Amino acid sequence: MEGVLQLQRQLIDYTTSLYNEGFLDDQFTQLQQLQDESNPDFVVEVVSLFFEDSERLLNELSKALDQQSVDFKKVDAHVHQLKGSSSSIGAQRVQRICIAFRNYCEEKNIEGCLKSLQQVKNEYSLVKNKLESLFKLQQQLSAACGSIPME
Amino acid sequence: MGMAAESQFHVLAVDDNIIERKLIERLLKTSSYQVTTVDSGSKALEFLGLDEHGQSNPNQPSVSPNNHQEVEVNLIITDYCMPGMTGYDLLKKIKESTSLRNIPVVIMSSENVPSRITRCLEEGAEEFFLKPVRLSDMNKLRPHMMKTKVKDQKPEIQEEEEEEEEETPEVFQSPQHHHHHQQQQLSNNNNKRKATEEGLSPDRTRPRYSGLTVVSN
Repeated sequence: MEGVLQLQRQLIDYTTSLYNEGFLDDQFTQLQQLQDESNPDFVVEVVSLFFEDSERLLNELSKALDQQSVDFKKVDAHVHQLKGSSSSIGAQRVQRICIAFRNYCEEKNIEGCLKSLQQVKNEYSLVKNKLESLFKLQQQLSAACGSIPME
Repeated sequence: MGMAAESQFHVLAVDDNIIERKLIERLLKTSSYQVTTVDSGSKALEFLGLDEHGQSNPNQPSVSPNNHQEVEVNLIITDYCMPGMTGYDLLKKIKESTSLRNIPVVIMSSENVPSRITRCLEEGAEEFFLKPVRLSDMNKLRPHMMKTKVKDQKPEIQEEEEEEEEETPEVFQSPQHHHHHQQQQLSNNNNKRKATEEGLSPDRTRPRYSGLTVVSN
């Protein structure tokens, strides 16, 4: 059973690494600042919405790119959504792939799009794992010492 | 009916993206505004009492700008890029409506496109926020809503006020996040706006609009 101090240390180190590795950017900090006693689950709620919506979009993208005749406008519309949501929660690496992805859509470059789709799926998967681990650490810390003020 | 001087300001937020809707809602509530969110321009018009063609319910006479609904709307903040009716289309419909045109409108966009920004400001948008929108941006809404309240209370000097009102340009706000423009003397400013437009590039920090002078770098 880890002590509070160790958990705090772990949480800080882990969070810092996520920023350093570019998984998260300042927008995630903004989200945390919007969380308070009256909305204690705001970050988890928004991120959960992001997970749901992203998975839907990734499915749509896979389908759209699998068509005989690809509708690049439709693909671009989905990527635009994904870019928006990832930007809103600070998922920087996902957002960046989306930017490149949109360029391929504009060029009607199917190979580029397929490559981007793979990349964005990878990055999404990574950031999902990271965020789930982050939330788990927060929960552990919370359980160990009552409610934690979000920094 | 609808005169609630003591209650909070009510903002109608329009965005087709569910995560962005949740974010803007939290930002607005944290800033002590009452919020209604809708996911499209047509739903926004419906809420405001207009149909898709911008026609108000013929059975409801417009008494004062915000008396159309039971709930008064003090500001509309809308995403630019939406399927069907864009934020710009919505802005136009609102400004064309005699009952709604005094409601301040703010546009949000993830893309820093100078011509887009200019177009929206020229059409009557009060502000143009770059996404992701931040808490500091929410403070910029209040002055616009305050002005509308003052207008409601003093209808006879409404015209004068519109011409005289001068907002201190908030120049060095959150970097690259904020475009603020004064609305007077639109026709005089047209040439200057174009020049400003040419001078703008996406990575230019904090473009400055004073309404009358051209800033060129």
